Amino acid sequence: MNQDLRKERASASFNPELLTHLLDGGAERTRRRREIEALVLNDPEFQHEDLNFLSRSQRYEVAIRKSALMVMRLREYGIADPDEIYWFKRMCLGSFVEPLGLHFSMFTNALQNQCTVTQQDKWLPLTYGLQIIGTYAQTEMGHGTHLRGLETTATYDPATQEFILNSPTVTSIKWWPGGLGKTSNYAIVLAQLYTQGQCKGLHAFIVPIRQMGTHEPLPGITVGDIGPKFGYDEMDNGYLKMDNFRIPRENMLMKYAKVEPDGTYVKPLSDKLTYGTMVFIRSLIVGDSARSLCRACTIAIRYSSVRHQSELTPGEPEPQILDYQTQQYKLFPLLATAYAFHCVGAYMKKTYHRITGDINQGNLSELPELHALSAGLKAFTSWTANAGIEECRMACGGHGYSRCSGLPDIYVTFTPSCTYEGENTVMMLQTARFLVKSYTQVSSGQLVSGMVSYLNDLSGQRIQPQQVAARPTAVLINDPASLVEAYKLRASRLVEAAAKNLQAELNRRKSQEDSWNRTSVDLVRASEAHCHYVVVKLFTAQLSEINDAAVHAVMSNLCLLYALYGISKHTGDFLQAGILTNAQVTQVYQRVKELLAAIRPNAVALVDAFDFHDNHLGSVLGRYDGNIYENMFEWAKKSPLNKTEVHESFHKHLKPMQAKL
Amino acid sequence: MAQWNRSGYFRSSVSRDVNPDLKAERRTASFSVERLTAVLDGGADNTRTRRAMEAVIHRDPVFSREKQYFQSQNERYEAAVRKAVRLKEKMLQRGWTENRPETKYFYRALGGDVAFNVHRVFKNSILALGTDEQIAKWIPLAEKYHIIGTYAQTELGHGTFLRGLETTATFDTSTQEFTLNTPRISAMKWWPGDLGRSATHAVVFAQLYVKGECYGLHPFIVQIRSLRDHLPAPGVTVGDIGPKMNFEHIDNGYLMLQSVTIPRENMLGRFSQVLPDGTYVKRGSDKINYLTMIVTRVEMLWVEVIPALQKACTISVRYSVVRRQSKLNPGEAEAKILDYQTQQQKLLPLLATAYALHFMNAYVNKFYSKGYTEIREGNFDSLPELHALTSGLKAIITDYCTAGAEVCLRACGGHGYSALSGLPFLYTKVAASCTYEGDNTVLFLQTARYLVKCLAAVHAGQPTPPSVAYLSLTNSGKCWVRTEADLLKPDIYAEAYRRRASRLLSTAAAKLQALIQSGAEEYVAWNRCTVQLVQAAKAHCQYIIVKNFIDTVEKLTNEAEIQKIMKHLCDLFALHGIFSNTGDFLHDGYISGDQMDLVTASYLDLLAVIRSDAVPLVDAFDFTDENLNSALGSYDGHVYQRLYEWAQKSPTNQQVSRAYESYLKPLFQGALSKL
Repeated sequence: MNQDLRKERASASFNPELLTHLLDGGAERTRRRREIEALVLNDPEFQHEDLNFLSRSQRYEVAIRKSALMVMRLREYGIADPDEIYWFKRMCLGSFVEPLGLHFSMFTNALQNQCTVTQQDKWLPLTYGLQIIGTYAQTEMGHGTHLRGLETTATYDPATQEFILNSPTVTSIKWWPGGLGKTSNYAIVLAQLYTQGQCKGLHAFIVPIRQMGTHEPLPGITVGDIGPKFGYDEMDNGYLKMDNFRIPRENMLMKYAKVEPDGTYVKPLSDKLTYGTMVFIRSLIVGDSARSLCRACTIAIRYSSVRHQSELTPGEPEPQILDYQTQQYKLFPLLATAYAFHCVGAYMKKTYHRITGDINQGNLSELPELHALSAGLKAFTSWTANAGIEECRMACGGHGYSRCSGLPDIYVTFTPSCTYEGENTVMMLQTARFLVKSYTQVSSGQLVSGMVSYLNDLSGQRIQPQQVAARPTAVLINDPASLVEAYKLRASRLVEAAAKNLQAELNRRKSQEDSWNRTSVDLVRASEAHCHYVVVKLFTAQLSEINDAAVHAVMSNLCLLYALYGISKHTGDFLQAGILTNAQVTQVYQRVKELLAAIRPNAVALVDAFDFHDNHLGSVLGRYDGNIYENMFEWAKKSPLNKTEVHESFHKHLKPMQAKL
Repeated sequence: MAQWNRSGYFRSSVSRDVNPDLKAERRTASFSVERLTAVLDGGADNTRTRRAMEAVIHRDPVFSREKQYFQSQNERYEAAVRKAVRLKEKMLQRGWTENRPETKYFYRALGGDVAFNVHRVFKNSILALGTDEQIAKWIPLAEKYHIIGTYAQTELGHGTFLRGLETTATFDTSTQEFTLNTPRISAMKWWPGDLGRSATHAVVFAQLYVKGECYGLHPFIVQIRSLRDHLPAPGVTVGDIGPKMNFEHIDNGYLMLQSVTIPRENMLGRFSQVLPDGTYVKRGSDKINYLTMIVTRVEMLWVEVIPALQKACTISVRYSVVRRQSKLNPGEAEAKILDYQTQQQKLLPLLATAYALHFMNAYVNKFYSKGYTEIREGNFDSLPELHALTSGLKAIITDYCTAGAEVCLRACGGHGYSALSGLPFLYTKVAASCTYEGDNTVLFLQTARYLVKCLAAVHAGQPTPPSVAYLSLTNSGKCWVRTEADLLKPDIYAEAYRRRASRLLSTAAAKLQALIQSGAEEYVAWNRCTVQLVQAAKAHCQYIIVKNFIDTVEKLTNEAEIQKIMKHLCDLFALHGIFSNTGDFLHDGYISGDQMDLVTASYLDLLAVIRSDAVPLVDAFDFTDENLNSALGSYDGHVYQRLYEWAQKSPTNQQVSRAYESYLKPLFQGALSKL
C-alpha cells in the first residue's frame, strides 16, 4: 500500500468499520453486503474490458450480456430481497447502467400496481421470466414534465374492441425511454385516451413493439436508438412512433380507470395513489445523490493524499495536496454533504415504508407533505451532488479529466437525474406550492404539522428583521441544534417573503399562473431554504443515534461543517433576516476553516468507511492501495489508439503530406 | 407542433423556412443584429473577413463535423489529422502564416477540432527560447511539417509546480551530449497533446545536471520518433494516455526516456547554455518565459473558452423559444419555456456574462499587445501586472464559461443531455480549461499574491498600476440607493463591487499579517489564508469585468440602440452578481437589507426586459450552424426534425446488434406459446 495512505489510515481517531455498520444499518447488514459483493468479485464471467475503451455498440453488447448473466446468477443464488439485489447489481455495474433497468423498475412496477388481477396473471409471469422485456414510454420528443401536454393518442374502437395508437406529430414521438431502442419487445405507453369521441386524459397501455422470435419491429411500429448522449453509452434510449397500431382492449392497465367493451369510460377513485410510487422513486434518487457524491469524494480524497505538489515549507518535500487549505475547502464540505445526504436518503426510505403501511389502510393524510417534500429534496440533493461531483473531478487537476479517474463516468451517469423523474426547477416549484399552501393555512389561523410546522410560529410572532436582530446571541455557532433553528428562521423568512410577493402579484393581475411565474425565482429560493433546513435537521438528529464516542465526535464535526458551510455560502440570507450579526458571520467563516483542519486527519478514514470496493469505484485515482501512477500507465496502454505502435493516420495522411511539402 | 408533411416524412433539415416561434422573436429586435455583430468583431471589415474564412472551411467536406458525435476515438483522431493536413494546404495555397488574422478565424471556425495545436506551442517555444541558429534550423522544418512537435512539460506526478518535475538531462563533456532520463514512473511526461501518436519531436523540460550539479529546469529538443517509419526512437516509450472526458481527437500522450542522448546544441539556448567544457552560462532574463504562458492563456480564451459559452447560450436560448411546456395562461397554447422566470434566470445572466467576457477579452488583448511590444523591447515593467491580470482572468473566465455551459445543458431538459444537442461536447471541452494552462485555484492565488503586494505598496504610499489603483480609494460611507432605478446607475454598482473587492482583500491581508506577527512562518500563514485570498482575487476580477463592461457601454455612443441593450446587459450582469453573493455586499453594511430587496426586484425586472431581445442577442454572436453542430440550436429552429433525422444516422441504428441473437433471444424463448 502507498505509504501516504497507510499513514493516513493509521492516524484516524475512530474505527471506520463502526461507521460502515452505521451507514449500512447494522453490522449484520455490512456482513451480508460484503458476502454478496464477493459473489460478483469472485465470478470470472463478470469481468470485462473497461467500457471506456469500447464503442457504443460494443458497450451495449457487454451490458446486455451482463444483464442476462445477472438474471441467471441472482436466481442461482436465490437472492430476492430488493436491497440484496441492489448490492449485487451495483457491484456488477459500477458507474454504468443496464439496458434492462426500466424493465425491472418502472415496467414491472406499473404491471404490479396498475393491472387488474386478470391482467397480472397474464403479464407478470412473462415479465418475471423475461420472456417479455418492457420499458416505460412516457416522455415524448416535444413534451416532458408537463404530462397533460403529451400527444400520443389511443382511440377506442368498439367495433373490434381495440385501441388504435398513433403518434400524430413529430413532437409526439416517444423519445428517451431506456431500453426502448434495441432491447425491449414490449412497452407501457402513456397516451391520451379517446373513447366515444371524448378525451379522457392520460392512460397506460401495454404495447408489443417487436416480433417474438425475430425481434423485428412490428408493422406500424418505428423504433430505434436516439443516438449518443452525454453518458449512458451502454443504454439504448429509444424512440417509438406508432401508426394506427392496434392493441386489444385488455391491454389498457385497468386497475383504476376502465373502458368497457362498449366504450364506456369508468373513472378512477383517487389520483393520490400514484404519489406513493413517485415518492419511492425520488427517495431512490436522493440515495443515489448521496452515493454518487460519496464515490466522488472517495476518489478525490484518496488521490489528494497520494498526490504531492509544490511547496508549503521551503526546502521540505512537496506536501500532499490535501494539506492545502483550498483543497480541504473544496473537498471536506462535500464529504460532509455526502454524509448528510446519506441520512436524508435513509430517512425518506424509512418514511416511505412507514407511510406505505398507512396507505394500504386507506390513510393518505401524510402523503401530500411527503410527496411535496420528496420533490424538493430530489432537486436539492441532485443539484448539489451534480455540482459536487464536478468539483471533486476538478480538484483532481488534469488527471480527473482522464476517464481512468472514474469521475467523468460518475458525473455523466449521475447528472441526468437533475432532469429525469421531474425537472429540478419544476420539482422545487412543487415543493413551493405546498409551502405557500401551508403558509396560507397558517395565516388563516389553522395549524400545520410535519416538517413545515415552523410556519406556525410565523402567525404568532411575525418575524421582523429588527426583532430578531435584537437577540443576536440566540444562535450558537458551535451548537448544531441552534444552527437547525437558524436554518428554520431562514426558511420561514424566505417562505413568507415569497408568499407575500406572490400575494402582491395576485393583487395586481388576474392570472394566477402569471403571478406564480413572476414569483417563481423567490419560490425556488424558499424551497431551497426549506430543503436545506430539512437536511440540517435530519443530519443533526442522526448524531443522537451514534453510540461510539469516537465516531460521534467525528460525525459531529462533519455535521457542524455542513451547517456552517451552508451558512457561509448564504450569509446574505442570514444577515438580511437578522438571524446572524456581521460579527457572527465572521466567526462562521473562521470556524469553517478550523473544522477543515479538525477533519483533515480523519479524511481518508471517513471515505474508507463508505466501503466501496475498487471494482465498484472504477477509478485508478481512487484505488484503495493508492498505487496510482503505475496503474495509470497500465490502463493507458490498453487505449484503442495504442493498439498499434504506428497509427494508420501516419501512413494515410502525414507521410503523403510530408512528401508534398 | 411540427406536423407530418404529406409524404409522412420530414422536410430535409436544410430547408430555408424558419420555425415561426423563432421568426417572431427576430421581428421584435430592438437593435440591428448585423451592427452588433460588427461591434463584436471589432468592425464590419472583420466580420466580412471572418465570414469569408468560415465559408472556406464549411465548403470543404474534409472539415465537416457531421459524423463527429458518432465517431470512435480512433476515428476522431484520424479526422483531426486529416483536417490539420488540409488546413496546412489551404494556408500554403493562400500564402498565410500563423500570425495572420485570417488564420485566427480559421481556428475559431474549426472550434479547435483539429490536430497539431501543440505543434504551434512547440514552434512558439523555439521562437521564444531558442537562439537564432536554433530558430533557423528548426522552424523551417516545423513550418513544412517535416517534423511535428509537441511541448512536454507536465509529468504524471507533477503539474503546475515546475520545480517538482523529475525528468533529468545530464551533460557528458566527453561525448558533448545530454542524456535524458525518466527516473521513475511519476516522472513520465503525461498529457502533452499531439504526443501520443503524431509527434516526431518534443521540447522536453528536464532538470539539467552538469558535473553532478543541478541547474534547474531547462528545455531540450528531443527526437522521439523515426522520420522514416514513425517508430519510436531508441530508448523512447511513447503512447496515448487513453480516453478522456473530451479531446478525443487529440492524442494526449505519455513519454518515457531511457538514456536518450541528444547533441549539446539541442538545449534551447537563448537564456542559458552549457559550453563544451561543461560551463553553465546564464544570460538575460528568462522572464520572457512568462510571456509564452500569457500568450497561450490569452489565445485560449478567445479561441476556445468564451465562444463555448456563447455557443451554449445560442443553443439554449434558441431552443427555449421553440420548446413549449405547460401553460402560463389557461386556454392559451403551452408557453415557450423562455417565458418562465426560472428559465430566464438560468439563461439571461449567462447571456450577459457572455457579453461581459467578450468585452473583457477585447480589453485584455489590447492591454496585452501593448505589453508584448514593451516586453520584447526589454522593458519588463508591465509584466507583473499583465501576468496577474491574465492569471486571474483566465481562472474566472474559464470558471464562468464552464459553469455556464453546464447550466445551459441542464436548462435544455432531457434533450440537452443528448450528444446531438452539441452541449455535452461544448461542456466537456471547456471544462478542461479549468485545469489546463494552470489550475484555477493556483492562478487565483497568483493574482492574490500580486494584490497583497499592491496593497502593501498603497499603505507605503507608493504608486500602483492602473488596474489596482482603486485600492487606494477610501472606503467610508454607505450606499445611498433609495429606489430600484438608482440601482441602474453604473457608478452605484461599480462602487459596490469596488468596496467588496477592497474589503475582501484588506481582510485577507490583515489576517495574513496578523498570523505572521503572531509568529507563524510566512508560508504557513499564507496557506491558512488561501480560502480568503481566493475570494479576494475573484472579487477583484469581478470588479474589473464589471468596470470594463461599463466603460465599453459608455463608448458605444454612436450606436444608440446597441448601447441601450448593452446597458441592460451590463446592469443585469452586475446585479446578478450582487444577487448571487448578497452576503459579501451586506457584510460590512455598505448595502442594507432593504436595499438588497431592491437589488432583487431590479434584477428580476431586468430579466423581463432582456427576454424580448434574447434571440437577437444570441444571433449577433453569428455562429454558423456548422459551427454550433447542434440539433437544438440551428438558426432555423427545426429542432425536432433534426433530432429525429440525426438519430437515424447513429451507428446503433445501422447495424444489427449481436446482443439480440446472443443474449436476448434465449430469454425470449417460450413466450410465443403464451401470447
